[in-house]
Amino acid sequence: MFKQIVFSSVLAGIAAALLLSVLQIFWVTPLILQAETYEVAAEAVAHGHTADDHAHDETAWQPEDGWQRTLSTISSNILMASAFALMLAGAYALRKPPCIRQGLAWGLAGYAVFFAAPSLGLPPDLPGTAAAEVMARQVWWLGTALATALGLGLLFLQSRWPLRATGILVLLIPHLLGAPQPEIAGSLAPEILQTQFRWVSALTNAVFWMALGVSSSLTFNRMQNKP
Amino acid sequence: MLVQTHSHSETLAPARPVAALSAILLGFALLLVVGFAPLAEIHNTTHDTRHANGFPCH
Repeated sequence: MFKQIVFSSVLAGIAAALLLSVLQIFWVTPLILQAETYEVAAEAVAHGHTADDHAHDETAWQPEDGWQRTLSTISSNILMASAFALMLAGAYALRKPPCIRQGLAWGLAGYAVFFAAPSLGLPPDLPGTAAAEVMARQVWWLGTALATALGLGLLFLQSRWPLRATGILVLLIPHLLGAPQPEIAGSLAPEILQTQFRWVSALTNAVFWMALGVSSSLTFNRMQNKP
Repeated sequence: MLVQTHSHSETLAPARPVAALSAILLGFALLLVVGFAPLAEIHNTTHDTRHANGFPCH
């Protein structure tokens, strides 16, 4: 059972990740590269000491711009999509095998949990954007994803009203607490680039999650039908 | 599950939730590596994925 879940998840992950990678190569990566030109310029001026203390370790390996970087990103996307697909397939196995429409709904739930809710407090940022300490943001991000998953589960996967009300409360808690913000907000890249980046991130991720919901439900059902 | 034969679902009964939870945990662990691991090499490799998908990055 576990092996079949893993196999079907990786298959669905690869399919959705390839779609995501194509969308990103055309719409998202060019904006990241453009933002990095501002970052590099600022670093040249400040001799490597920018205000937000950019964490690139000069001595650590990093993929060279070009095919190395593209392949790194595609591989990372595949790993990320497989990770998400594993969680979806786990949910399918706990509940019931979904039809395509339900797969799409699970995909949209994944979008809410892993993109939309964290983005409300910590919108996707271009390189060179001032932000609070990375650890604090990671904790808030993970806490928000967890709370959103729990909240949506209470809201949609059971029908007792007091628990549904609790679900709404759990959904709101991370946003009432508020995401960690930098002391001084600012970005090296122009505001218009940042706005454009946030929109294409939101759109490409929405397409990705819908594709992942559908593909994971298809591969999960195919795996189920095999003994 | 309803369409499965009785004996089949009996053998699957304990394995299913364990497999499901293992899959969720494995997925979560993988997500932590791709989106959150602080190691410089992993950060550099996943850099664009982290930015493009809204993970907190440096």
